[in-house]
Amino acid sequence: MPLLQVRGLTHYFGGLKAVANFNLDLEPGELVGIIGPNGAGKTTVFNLITGVYRPTEGQILLDGHNLVGLQPHAITNKGIARTFQTIRLFKDLSVLDNVRIACYSQVRYSPLAAFLHTQRFREEERQTREEALRLLDIFNLRRYAQAQAKNLPYGEQRRLEIARALATRPRLLLLDEPAAGMNPGEIQRLMELIQWLRREFQLTIILIEHQMRVVMGICERIQVLDFGETIAEGKPKEIQNHPRVLEAYLGKGVA
Amino acid sequence: MRFIIQQTLNALQLGSVYALIALGYTMVYGILRMINFAHGDIFMVSTYLGFFVASFLLGWALHLPMAVIFVLTLLLAMFGTSLLAVFIERVAYKPLRQAPRISAVITALGVGLFLENFTLATIGPEPRILPQVVPVINFNIGGVAVSSIQILILAISALVMFILDTIVRRTMTGMAMRAISFDKTVVPLMGIPVDRIISITFALGSSMAAVGGVLYGIAYMMDPYMGIRIGWWAFISAVVGGIGNIRGAMIGGYILGFVEIFVAAFLPSTYRDFVAFALLLLLLVFKPTGILGMPVVEQKV
Amino acid sequence: MNRRWWLPLILALLFLLSILLPHFGILNLYLQQVLMYVGINIILTISLNLVNGYMGEFSVGHAGFMAIGAYISSLLTVWVFPKSWGPFVFPLVLILGGLGAALAGLIVAFPSFKTRGDYLAIVTLAFNMIIKSVLENIEAIGGPRGFMGMSKLTNVAWVYVWVLITIFAIRNFVFSAYGRGILSIREDEVAAELVSVNTRQTKILAFVISSFFAGIAGGLFAHVLQFINPRSFTILKSTDVLVMVYLGGIGSIMGSILGASIYTILLELLRPLGVWRWVVGPLLLVILMVTRPRGIMGLREARWLLPAEEVQADAAVTS
Repeated sequence: MPLLQVRGLTHYFGGLKAVANFNLDLEPGELVGIIGPNGAGKTTVFNLITGVYRPTEGQILLDGHNLVGLQPHAITNKGIARTFQTIRLFKDLSVLDNVRIACYSQVRYSPLAAFLHTQRFREEERQTREEALRLLDIFNLRRYAQAQAKNLPYGEQRRLEIARALATRPRLLLLDEPAAGMNPGEIQRLMELIQWLRREFQLTIILIEHQMRVVMGICERIQVLDFGETIAEGKPKEIQNHPRVLEAYLGKGVA
Repeated sequence: MRFIIQQTLNALQLGSVYALIALGYTMVYGILRMINFAHGDIFMVSTYLGFFVASFLLGWALHLPMAVIFVLTLLLAMFGTSLLAVFIERVAYKPLRQAPRISAVITALGVGLFLENFTLATIGPEPRILPQVVPVINFNIGGVAVSSIQILILAISALVMFILDTIVRRTMTGMAMRAISFDKTVVPLMGIPVDRIISITFALGSSMAAVGGVLYGIAYMMDPYMGIRIGWWAFISAVVGGIGNIRGAMIGGYILGFVEIFVAAFLPSTYRDFVAFALLLLLLVFKPTGILGMPVVEQKV
Repeated sequence: MNRRWWLPLILALLFLLSILLPHFGILNLYLQQVLMYVGINIILTISLNLVNGYMGEFSVGHAGFMAIGAYISSLLTVWVFPKSWGPFVFPLVLILGGLGAALAGLIVAFPSFKTRGDYLAIVTLAFNMIIKSVLENIEAIGGPRGFMGMSKLTNVAWVYVWVLITIFAIRNFVFSAYGRGILSIREDEVAAELVSVNTRQTKILAFVISSFFAGIAGGLFAHVLQFINPRSFTILKSTDVLVMVYLGGIGSIMGSILGASIYTILLELLRPLGVWRWVVGPLLLVILMVTRPRGIMGLREARWLLPAEEVQADAAVTS
């Protein structure tokens, strides 16, 4: 059974059709890329899947359960995490707190236990901290644990965002242009990191990316959007030579 | 019926004042996205300015005709109030333009308190009324009492609001204001002097308040704390009309005038605030944008 | 082990002093009164800071919650319980007043789901005005004339105890998953939801806790003054609390303690100036906001207020 099924997803902003009849079936463990020119509706798809927007039409099923209408945190708790095109860390908070906040729903103690500092509260807080530090270790960020997130170098901020997403214990990870603003060396390391994470955390991943190198290099399947419509889908090789894709990227007449 | 007409006149009179003050709230909000909580007190200061100008002109043995004194009072009050508002903007708000928006709002609250208490400390708490600069003639039209003051208030308010509306809609300055309110980041790139436009906005908004202040001073008593209550009502007017929208503020002002007068006519006057604020809450729940305005909601997605 | 053994000691010592000094007349009645106001203002300031500072919302109607606590507790001590029971039921009465205020906080929390910033400011403002207006229109509790007949049940020791409860309750809350959720709402509400923070639940908690302590402060206030009327709880009172929050600095308990103490004591010291003291206060506020928009502490916390576990664990991380 597919992990994620998206059926006929359509979304309007006012009268403007941002996403039209988007379909996607995702098997567990797949790594799928979504590409398309600016304004093609890629990020809107992420916003619809994660519940930031409510779709005008269409179904989104995770393990066969409907996600449409749930609040974003409820969807996150079902196992979908994401990063953002422009980094959206909690800037004034510490790196450690950025990750700990993402452990919010794993906490079982009541507010009263928090007031009274009960044994249970302390135990769970200790676990949360350990979990967060373990993630920071993985991303080589532990030495920044006490620093304010806004003071991290750009590449570290990108990694922290992924660490924060993983702290919600996702099965499906949505990465929104993770390579934006990176140099070729960093991009190489990012590609290795994504593949490693996928194995290590048994993740299914959807990747929005402009850097063709990344998409062609690691994605198994690619779906191409233009003006909200899916204009092509298939293996990287097929996409590379697809006439409609070339047309969308380079303009009419080139293909 | 006569009663209704009489009360309607009273409501229009009060509503004119609310509308004039509401314009200042709405214009500043439109351009800076900031609730200028000091505006009600700027209105109060303008009434006192009118009081002193009128007293001075009358005491001056020039025997100017009343109409001249009235017009001079109005103009000088507008001028003085604009200077004050622009000064406040430069000294207290401008340094905070990059700070969290709440800092500016708190500062505005502080400026308002300062103006109130400064007036209290220097002029005193006793209520005053503007010296008579308009001859009071009472007409009786079919049993409805209409005074020359009432007519003057309605006419002058309508006139200045028309002028303001024209300025905002037809002049380059007005266009620049609307541009800034639409998108503050790109406007400087188009060669629009943002600081100057902001100053002009404050000046225009506070001159409207000053017109309201002088007219108020003719009809009602003034005291240092009047800016709080009237300011809040004018502020609600701006929200009801749709904050950021100039015509909305005018409509909102008249609506609040009607609410106040008719609540007081049928219920104990202590219910006045309750009804006004309950109305405000209901409106915000069902039509958060106000009657004509943009949403007061920050889209953060 | 615990490197802060001195903290409970000092707090206990202060408690003893808060009983003994008034008892032996070392603190005269005026000073006691000032101290109690300082304490009550600290409670108000910390509780408002939870919503405005930590959560980054803009509530401007804190006096409305205070009014509810003040009236409920006063009605209970005057009408419900025999006068002689006063000192014994006082804590219960305060808590009931706080719960009443918390209920109102729950209602105000709902509009905050969809909106923030100016819109919520208007809603809370309207709430404050409506509470005052309702109180003015209930003749049974004195209407605009106010309500009296309370015994002077509040004393320095009680205020001190409640200040401590407030400090530690809110401190512990802020340094928990719920508190971090509140911080994340201030930083980026959408991102918070997307990393699993239930922002509605968190907002409700923040508003309820904040208004509960405002209600407690109201109850304490009513039983110092022994007389309350609706005009004690207007938007001016709310503004006072706002001033103390931003003077001390948002997102800092130590800031609120400092802000409330400095503002209250300053206004007392300026008393000889007569009406002019009301001019100096706002002027100082404006100067402070312009020169230091984040207040005295501004998002920083005093070390003694950090939970011991956090301090120790942080030390372990960096070493």
